[in-house]
Amino acid sequence: MGVNRREFLKIIGLSALFGIGAKSALQLLAPGELEASVPPLTKEKKIQWAMAIDMKKVDDQLLDKVIEACHKYYNVPKIPGPKELKWIWKEDFEHAFPEQAEGAYVTEEVEKMHFPLLCNHCDNPPCCRVCPTKATFKREDGIVMMDWHRCIGCRFCMAGCPYGSRSFNWGDPRRVMKNKDLRKLNPDFPTNKKFPTRTKGVVEKCIFCYEKVDKGELPVCVETANKIKKGSFIFGNILDPESEIRKVLRKRFALRRKPVLGTGPNIFYLI
Amino acid sequence: MIQTIFKGSKKYGYWILFLLAIIGVAFICYMMQWREGLLITGMNRDVSWGFYIAQFTYLVGIAASGVMVVLPCYLHNYKAFARITVFGEFLAIAAVLMCLMFIFVDLGKPMRMLNVLFYPTPHSILFWDMIVLNGYLLLNILIGWNVLSAERKGVHYPDWVKVLIYISIPWAFSIHTVTAFIYAGLPGRPYWLTAIMAARFLASAFCSGPALLVILCLIIRKVTNFDPGKEQIRTLGGIIAYAMILNVFFFFLELFTAFYSHIPEHMKPIIYLFKGLNGHGRLVPWMWTAAIFAFISLLLLIIPQTRRKEDTLLIACISVIIATWIDKGLGLIIGGFNPNPFGRITDYWPTKPEVMITLGVYAFGFLVLTLLYKMAVSVKEEVGA
Repeated sequence: MGVNRREFLKIIGLSALFGIGAKSALQLLAPGELEASVPPLTKEKKIQWAMAIDMKKVDDQLLDKVIEACHKYYNVPKIPGPKELKWIWKEDFEHAFPEQAEGAYVTEEVEKMHFPLLCNHCDNPPCCRVCPTKATFKREDGIVMMDWHRCIGCRFCMAGCPYGSRSFNWGDPRRVMKNKDLRKLNPDFPTNKKFPTRTKGVVEKCIFCYEKVDKGELPVCVETANKIKKGSFIFGNILDPESEIRKVLRKRFALRRKPVLGTGPNIFYLI
Repeated sequence: MIQTIFKGSKKYGYWILFLLAIIGVAFICYMMQWREGLLITGMNRDVSWGFYIAQFTYLVGIAASGVMVVLPCYLHNYKAFARITVFGEFLAIAAVLMCLMFIFVDLGKPMRMLNVLFYPTPHSILFWDMIVLNGYLLLNILIGWNVLSAERKGVHYPDWVKVLIYISIPWAFSIHTVTAFIYAGLPGRPYWLTAIMAARFLASAFCSGPALLVILCLIIRKVTNFDPGKEQIRTLGGIIAYAMILNVFFFFLELFTAFYSHIPEHMKPIIYLFKGLNGHGRLVPWMWTAAIFAFISLLLLIIPQTRRKEDTLLIACISVIIATWIDKGLGLIIGGFNPNPFGRITDYWPTKPEVMITLGVYAFGFLVLTLLYKMAVSVKEEVGA
C-alpha cells in the first residue's frame, strides 16, 4: 500500500492550503494574463481591425442612417441631455479635431463636413490600462471589448478615454419603455430583441460588431453606409498591406483624432 | 477600552444622535440611488466623476496627513507629539473609512465591487489604490489600538508595533501618491496630466490634515479634561505653514507651465476655473474664494505672532481647510473634465440627494472619529496625562 488514510488526508489538506494561495499568485503572475489585457507593442500581431471613412462620400443623411442603424441594432436608447448614450455620432471639424481647429483656415468643404465619431479601437487603449477588473479589454484582433457583466461602474475608463467614446448607463436603459417622454423618443425600444439591453450602472461603447466580424461579416455601420454609397466606409485589417483599407490609405491623405497621445487610434478620416 | 464610548455627557449623546440622524436621511437617499442608479446625481457623460470622487480624493489627503504627527514623533524623537499621535492615527482611520465609502457610493454596480479582487489587475491604478488604502486602514487600527491600550496599562507597546509604525510612515505617502496617479496618468485630461500632481496632493494634504487636527485638538481641550498641549498645537502650526506655502508654490508652478508654454489644452481648464470659458463660469466665484482664503491663511501662518496665537491660528486653519477643500473637492475634478474631448464645456453641479449622501458619509466618518476620540480621551483622562 502506498498511502494510508492518514497520509492521504494530510496530502489533501496541504494541497488545499497551497492551492488557495497558489491559485491567486498564479492568477496574478500567469504568463499571458498581463499581455491579454495590455498588448505589448513588441508582440507580433496579425490582425488589427480598422476603419477608414471617406469624407468625400458621406453626408448628413447617410450618417444619420448609419447612426440609427447602429443604435437600433444595439438597443442604444435616445436620452436627451448630458446623460445621453451614444456609440457613434456626428461632430463638425472644430469639435472632432479641437486641437487642430484653432486658427486653422480650413476649406469650405471641410468646414461643412460632419465626422462620424466612435471608439477608435486604439493600439494602446488607455481605457483597458485603467480598468480595475479587465471588464474592458483588447481582443487578439484589436477590437476593444466591453464585458457588461463584469463592469463595476467605476467609470475610470471614461476618464481614461481621450475621445469621449464611452457612455454610462446613469439609470436603467429600460426606463425608456415606462417613462412617457422617453417612450415617445424610443417608441419601439428594444429595437433588436436578439441583442440584450444593458443594466443600469455599466459603461458601454462601440464594440466594432465583433460577433459579425467573427462570422466574416462587416460591422453594421459599414454595411449600412456602403448600401447607400459604395466605398464610403472601408473596414479591414490595418496590419495586412494588401487589405483594402491599406490600399486606400496609400492613395489618400487621412486624419486621425489626437494621434499625439500615442494611443494609436484605428479610425481614419479620408479628406 | 471600548466601554468608554458608551458613557458620556448629555452633549456627547446629542452629538451622536445628530450624526445618526444625518446618516439616516442619507441612507434613505442612498436607497433611492440604489434603485434609480446614479441618475439621481448631477454627473453626466462629460463630467463622469463628481462630488463623491472629489471628496474621496480630499479625504485620502486627510488620512495621509496623520503621518505629520507620527513622523516627527518616531523618526525625530520629538516627544511632545507622543501625546497626540493617537489622534492623528484615529483621524486617519475615520478618513480612510470615508474614502472607501465614497468609492462605494460612486460605483454603478456596487454589488460587483469584489470583482476588483476576483480579477486582480496590476496595470490599473485603482487596484493599487484599493491595496494601499485598505493596508493603511489596517495599519492605523493596529497601531492606534495597541499604543493606546499600552498607555492605559502603563506599559510600553510591543516591539512589533514599532515595526508597523515604521512601515506606516512611507505607507502614508504612498496612499496619496497612488491617488494622484489615478489622475496624473490619463492621456486625454491635460489639467491632470502633470508630473507635480502627487507632490501637490501631498502638500495640500499635509496642510489641510494638520489644520483639521488643530481644530480637533482645540475642541478636545474645550469639551474634555484632556489638554492636547500648547506646544503640540504650536508645532502643528509650523508644519501647516510650510505645507501650505509648498501647496501654493506648486500651484504657481502649474500656472507657469500652462501659461508660459501657452499650450491651449493646458491653459483652458485653468481659465475655465478662474475666469470662465465659452460663457460657462459656475466655479469662478468658488475658485476665487479659495484663492482669497489661501491668501488669508498664508498671511496668518507666515507672520510668527499670528501663527503662535491660538485664536488667529484657528482662523488660519479654517482658511486652509476652505481653500484646499475647494481646490480638491470641486476644482480638481470638474476642471479635469472641462473642456471635454471635443473642446466643449459641460457644467456639473451636485444634486440634493448627491449632497445628502455626501453629508451622510461625512457624518459616518465623524461618528467613527467621535467614538475613537472619546475612547482615546477617556484613556488619557484615566491615566491622568
